[in-house]
Amino acid sequence: MVVAVILILIVVGSVVFHFMSPWWWTPIASNWGYIDDTIIITFWITGTVFVAVILFMAYCVLKFQHKEGRRATYEPENKKLEWWLTGLTAIGVAGMLAPGLFVWNQYVSVPEDADVVEVLGQQWQWSYRYPGEDGVLGTSDARLIDSDNPFGVNPNDPNGQDDILVEGDDLHLPIDRPVKMLLRSIDVLHDFYVPQFRAKMDLVPGAVTFFWLTPTRTGAFDILCAELCGTGHHIMRGTVIVDNAAEYDEWMSEQETFAELAARAKAEEKQQAGLGTPTGDGFEKKVSLVVNEDTAKPIQ
Amino acid sequence: MANIAPTDAGYVPPAEVEDTELHDPQSFITKYIWSQDHKVIAIQYSMTALAVGMVALVLSWLMRLQLGFPETFSFIDEADYYQFITMHGMIMVIYLLTALFLGGFGNYLIPLMVGARDMVFPYLNMLSFWVYLLAVLVLMASFFVPGGPTGAGWTLYPPQAILSGTPGQEYGIVLMLASLVIFIVAFTMGGLNYVTTALQGRTRGMTLMRLPLTVWGIVTASILGLLAFPALFVGGVMMLLDKVLGTSFFMPTIVELGEQLEYGGGSPLLFQHLFWFFGHPEVYIVALPAFGIVSDLLATHARKSIFGYRMMVWAILAIGGLSFVVWAHHMFVSGMNPYFGFFFATTTLIIAVPTAIKVYNWVLTLWQADIHLTLPMLFSIGFIVTFVNGGITGLFLGNVVVDVPLSDTMFVVAHFHMVMGVAPILVIFGAIYHWYPLMTGRMLNEGMGQFHFWVTFLGAYLIYFPMHYLGFIGVPRRYYELGDTTFIPESAETLNAFITVAALVVGFAQLVFLYNMIHSFMKGRKSSQNPWSSASLEWQTPQKPPVHGNWGPSLPIVYRWAYDYSVPGAGRDYVPQNLPPDQVGDTDDPQPIGGGPVPAGQAAGVMEANK
Ligand code: HEM
Ligand SMILES: [Cu+2]
Ligand SMILES: [Cu+2]
Repeated sequence: MVVAVILILIVVGSVVFHFMSPWWWTPIASNWGYIDDTIIITFWITGTVFVAVILFMAYCVLKFQHKEGRRATYEPENKKLEWWLTGLTAIGVAGMLAPGLFVWNQYVSVPEDADVVEVLGQQWQWSYRYPGEDGVLGTSDARLIDSDNPFGVNPNDPNGQDDILVEGDDLHLPIDRPVKMLLRSIDVLHDFYVPQFRAKMDLVPGAVTFFWLTPTRTGAFDILCAELCGTGHHIMRGTVIVDNAAEYDEWMSEQETFAELAARAKAEEKQQAGLGTPTGDGFEKKVSLVVNEDTAKPIQ
Repeated sequence: MANIAPTDAGYVPPAEVEDTELHDPQSFITKYIWSQDHKVIAIQYSMTALAVGMVALVLSWLMRLQLGFPETFSFIDEADYYQFITMHGMIMVIYLLTALFLGGFGNYLIPLMVGARDMVFPYLNMLSFWVYLLAVLVLMASFFVPGGPTGAGWTLYPPQAILSGTPGQEYGIVLMLASLVIFIVAFTMGGLNYVTTALQGRTRGMTLMRLPLTVWGIVTASILGLLAFPALFVGGVMMLLDKVLGTSFFMPTIVELGEQLEYGGGSPLLFQHLFWFFGHPEVYIVALPAFGIVSDLLATHARKSIFGYRMMVWAILAIGGLSFVVWAHHMFVSGMNPYFGFFFATTTLIIAVPTAIKVYNWVLTLWQADIHLTLPMLFSIGFIVTFVNGGITGLFLGNVVVDVPLSDTMFVVAHFHMVMGVAPILVIFGAIYHWYPLMTGRMLNEGMGQFHFWVTFLGAYLIYFPMHYLGFIGVPRRYYELGDTTFIPESAETLNAFITVAALVVGFAQLVFLYNMIHSFMKGRKSSQNPWSSASLEWQTPQKPPVHGNWGPSLPIVYRWAYDYSVPGAGRDYVPQNLPPDQVGDTDDPQPIGGGPVPAGQAAGVMEANK
């Protein structure tokens, strides 16, 4: 009796908790509402099975508990019942898998007209690179990275000269425009995760990974690192600001390009040299290294 | 019906091999320390696993204190926290659950259940334990080296695992990898033994389809281990080389804190594939023995034959096979080729079908049964609840696109604790309450057991059920503290504090259980010969606990499967596997073989078996 009642309470409690608790997903701010829909379908199918199985068990415990003289029925198999259950389960599973794969197909198919933004992760901060006027990111290589070229942009690549570099500041995205996030790490694995966007993906050193989204709501959202990356993992935070078009353009016009940054570094260096300050060794490092095509290409 | 039903009971094939010669122990040392007796080795394995499991349990308390009450405990800093989760996770999965199910229960039960005198290779079996102990010692040593144990997470992903931003990168990671490699050596010796014994050591009449599901579960898990651990082995060796010799198997070009490292050209994803090629079957290495054992507990304590035995066997084999083609569902957002997602989501959801069949058959076993609510039965019911709960959240994470928002959040932590933490551990407890009388000749204390069950089962549910919803909010896992965010409500902190309190209470209940085991060993009520009136072979030995060689002068002969409960027309509500067909109608207690006068029919069979 007690056991059956507790089993029933577990079912009722779980269902009530599910519908009444204050904890649910954060309001969405991207086009990935389909993901939420798939989760809802999954909840209904699996929730029904959970409730049915536990209540059935509760009934058995109540009804068939031992009493003096009771004997169990001898029924080792029931082929028909077993096949029925197998078939129903297969249908339920297909009911979840089909919408899941359908949405996944969208997740992996980036729209042709998507903007491109690069996210660069390192222990324990986020930086961003935009392709600039020409709409093309310059090639890059981790081996080119030094204090003057924190992104390792290939200085000989004309596409890279107008790239916009954002360090130590927020990421800005325009609302309602699909954007392909290219993800790059220069040290360990990280993961670019904005709960309101639903989407996430690991950053893998030595490769360029990606995902895409369309922001659908303006505002400021937290960026978290979702792949353990050392003692600073939990403080690797950032902010993404979704702007309307005008705000976005204004912000963009205030940013520095790679060429401007390089010129400024040169000037500072000249000035320092003029003052007789010794330049650190490696400062004049030749930047004629061959760019590694393999690592600079996004894996697709 | 095939040879599982009573219609063909009585068929016994001729003996094929001679009875084994065993080297009886000569002294205390050979009896209890350098023992080659599978039962002693099983207990050595189990005690070591439980001891190291206590370390993991204490670590979980420390982690929960930090999560429930951040900025309260100055003695837990970031590095400590990451070291705690790593050691906790690795110990729980490998050194506790794998070792206890296979080295502990596998060792104890396989020879007894198949009617063998011991493992087929007793010496190798002994070595397996001592090498396992060495692996544990090497792992524990990492707590005492400079820099402490590794904090790379139990997944040990490079490059992070061997770079300086991660605690324990000096010696901790080396000891961790070395310990894993040693563990795999130990496991291989044990695993080969379990499989060979179940295939070759079966007594006369013990056909494969008469084996208890416990044996099916443990043996299939051992086969999975033999095929999966090598992937971890090579991954571990390669990472050791990267760390110690500076090779670049897993290391691409890296700029670490402004400095260019010597590494270049390696692939971090390669390690993840190797790890999860091992790691996913590992889940089933833990789950399949639990599936098998719980089937036997349910049948015995519900006095009903397990429902759909043949389907259960096929489901175990299907799950075992499929478990090798789903590994990359742990890598949906790892940056691997996204088209893999279609394949691995499909295979993963297909596994749900045989798994669901097992669940149905467990609950259908309770239908029209004669349910005794003993402790093993209670723990089995607890297992079904937590396993179904954890299983369905697996359908979320396996369905690639649903995994995207949920992966690396507390939803995952809740899911895997429910399905491979709580559920198998409830089976372990049920199994200990069930077989303790066989191992010690005494019963565990019922009152303490009830307390232990209700606190552990309900407490664990209260810990992990609400935790899923933290994951929905978006709370990431492996976070030392949440800090300031715009999306996590105040109430989530309250929930975290509640979970911590629940975890400490559940932890306390485990201490009661340990006390029960020690107390009952000395003072427990004496058990009868077959306290649960079980039909399977391990309860039919002449002595309780069984002595070296298990069966006295002659091996048992098996006439039927292990699930003849409540058979119509039988004298009692169970028919032991070795009860000769002509005695099935008797109403008095069946005699264990060798105990008491041997009935004429059986004596003849025994002599034949010994020819
Ligand atoms: C009452 C008992 C337990 C408690 C309170 C507990 C608590 C925790 C906590 C707080 C974490 C860290 C979560 C995070 O920050 O990401 C964790 C991680 C983990 N636990 Fe448990 N745990 C318990 C039992 C178990 C068991 C029985 C297993 C066996 C499967 C297990 C396996 C793991 C694993 C694999 C991890 C992941 C470690 C990692 O992220 O690298 N735990 N546990
Ligand atoms: Cu990170
Ligand atoms: Cu898996």
